[in-house]
Amino acid sequence: MRRAILIAIPYVWLLVLFLIPFVIVIKISLSDTALARPPYFPQWDWSLGWQGIKDFFRELDFENFVFLTTDSLYWKAYLSSVKIAVISTLLTLLVGFPIAYGMARAPEEWRPTLMMLVILPFWTSFLIRVYSWMGILSQGGLLNSLLLSLGIISEPLIILNTDIAVYIGITYTYLPFMILPVYAALEKLDGSLLEAAEDLGCSRTSAFWLVTLPLSKQGVIAGCFLVFIPAMGEFVIPSLLGGSQTLMIGKVLYEEFFSNRDWPVASAVAVVLLLILVIPIVLFQRNEQKQREAEG
Amino acid sequence: MPQKVFAPWDDPAEKPLIQFRNVTKRFGDFTAIDNINLDIYTREFFALLGPSGCGKTTLMRMLAGFETPTEGTILLSGQDIGPVPPNQRAVNMMFQSYALFPHLSVWENIAFGLKREGKDKATIETRVHEMLKLTRLEKFARRKPHQISGGQRQRVALARSLAKAPKLLLLDEPLGALDKKLREETQFELMDIQEKTGTTFVIVTHDQEEAMTVASRVAVMDEGELMQVATPDRIYEAPNSVYVADFIGDVNIIEGRAHQAGDKLQIDWAEGQPALFAQTDKNFDMGQTCYIAIRPEKVAISAERPQGANVLQGKVLDIAYLGNLSTYHVQLPTGHVVKAQQANTRRISRREFTWEDDVWVSWSETAGVVLDK
Ligand SMILES: Nc1ncnc2c1ncn2[C@@H]1O[C@H](COP(=O)(O)OP(=O)(O)O)[C@@H](O)[C@H]1O
Ligand SMILES: [Mg+2]
Repeated sequence: MRRAILIAIPYVWLLVLFLIPFVIVIKISLSDTALARPPYFPQWDWSLGWQGIKDFFRELDFENFVFLTTDSLYWKAYLSSVKIAVISTLLTLLVGFPIAYGMARAPEEWRPTLMMLVILPFWTSFLIRVYSWMGILSQGGLLNSLLLSLGIISEPLIILNTDIAVYIGITYTYLPFMILPVYAALEKLDGSLLEAAEDLGCSRTSAFWLVTLPLSKQGVIAGCFLVFIPAMGEFVIPSLLGGSQTLMIGKVLYEEFFSNRDWPVASAVAVVLLLILVIPIVLFQRNEQKQREAEG
Repeated sequence: MPQKVFAPWDDPAEKPLIQFRNVTKRFGDFTAIDNINLDIYTREFFALLGPSGCGKTTLMRMLAGFETPTEGTILLSGQDIGPVPPNQRAVNMMFQSYALFPHLSVWENIAFGLKREGKDKATIETRVHEMLKLTRLEKFARRKPHQISGGQRQRVALARSLAKAPKLLLLDEPLGALDKKLREETQFELMDIQEKTGTTFVIVTHDQEEAMTVASRVAVMDEGELMQVATPDRIYEAPNSVYVADFIGDVNIIEGRAHQAGDKLQIDWAEGQPALFAQTDKNFDMGQTCYIAIRPEKVAISAERPQGANVLQGKVLDIAYLGNLSTYHVQLPTGHVVKAQQANTRRISRREFTWEDDVWVSWSETAGVVLDK
């Protein structure tokens, strides 16, 4: 009995916090917008009984999904989101891997401190940190004044409100999600494996490519998914740091929902986004499972 | 034709494969290896024996190239290997932890070193197959290290380090993780492989039996110093110090003062006890402190007073029954305990002596060795 309850907890959790909201979102995505409160139609009419249910289902249709294909804005936004998420993920990997590597090679007594430093930014509000990037990247900002005063540039660089600022923002924000799994993989790596590789004729560099990298692969894959999946639906960073031409599906969703008050289309956008993300999520799960099997 | 005994260390014309010349290794102000001179010859099976922390691994790692000597030089075939990085030494190491690559199959692990040499595919195939056959691993070629047993992993590690046909193979406590029976089997396997391949082996162990079984010569180490380097029988029969005598097997040590008495040495060791006599070629000063080391199996035990050079009376304090042998701990009136070993030719119920019995222990003048330190 207690076992059943224990097992039930995560399922109830999933049901309440994921499945039920998702069904509601699907329902809204199949509705039509209306000038009402809530702003969509049909509503479930309890008073009409069986007839009400039949009426309700008769009104549902895929109109909104069809609409998404007619306006090029949507697929462009999806595509642009994928592009931005992929590039940011690669940048995060490029920055995060050396940091994780350095942490794993650092003397044992330093490691908890380094780990703390990586997590430290989470102690301040995410919004404040993104705002402070605006201060750093703007034309009169810290970065430009520094570069100008050093004489490296003569004109201030325009970074804020471009895609570059979005890449910087996403890379900065999600860096810990990359560092932690990669570090976990590298830290487990037995130093004698590298010595064995050298003993068998590898240079330091080839030992890195042939031993370190393959053995940290699972960590790298986990890190990439942990960055890619949330970056895909990112909304705050592109709207604060990106420009008007920065197209991301999270921003589109926000505008449909709050500016247009078109809940059904917004819901359809969200459902499609989730379907797109299901692919990497399933791949991620597979990777985790493969890792468990390899360790078992 | 008389068979030639393998003893290159006795042949002055023979050139050593490895030479340690005044090698010292310090970690900070801790001296791990203290001014060592050592020659190891081609085709030798050389064992480094010593307690944990005495510097065995450090000595090995200097040969493999993972540590550089603080002072002194190491020569391989007459050439200083100091500046040669590990990946360019004709030396391979079998690691204490095996260090098998977990992401590669058994086959790929063995092929790893060959691929780095840029050998062509066919050569690699043949060589890996040879190694798999040598270590009886053909059936496991496709498995990953985590899919095979400890004993098999150990053989993979051996095959991998042998694949490149190194001049010198280093084995750091290779059998430490195996249970006793498997370990003994593997010792003979190792000797067999060493013979077949003609590779020079240097093995590290803290198990004296293992060292005695496999090695052509044994070096006994303590605190970074070589205490004695000799063949197993010399180490056992003619230890050069109390430390070595005590480290290898069981031994009785009696301290006394030396007096030259004709061609023998008379050793006064306790008030009111008869002096002990021993033959030795070493010279001792009058009254110099010395030690007699006698193996328990060379001490006889009897109920009646026997004839002999050294005869002492005592009481049976303890009996250790080892199956084929029994070791009697005999306490002398002085408080010394002498161990005497006897083969159990009779059933245990018909044993001659039991606890608290008065007995005589005796040994000949040549049974023990006299040591000065
Ligand atoms: N890298 C190192 N830094 C500091 N001390 C070390 C290092 N490697 C070994 N030592 C010390 O040197 C001594 C000998 O170590 P080692 O050669 O591993 O001994 P063994 O293999 O005989 O057990 C030990 O006291 C050990 O603590
Ligand atoms: Mg060791």
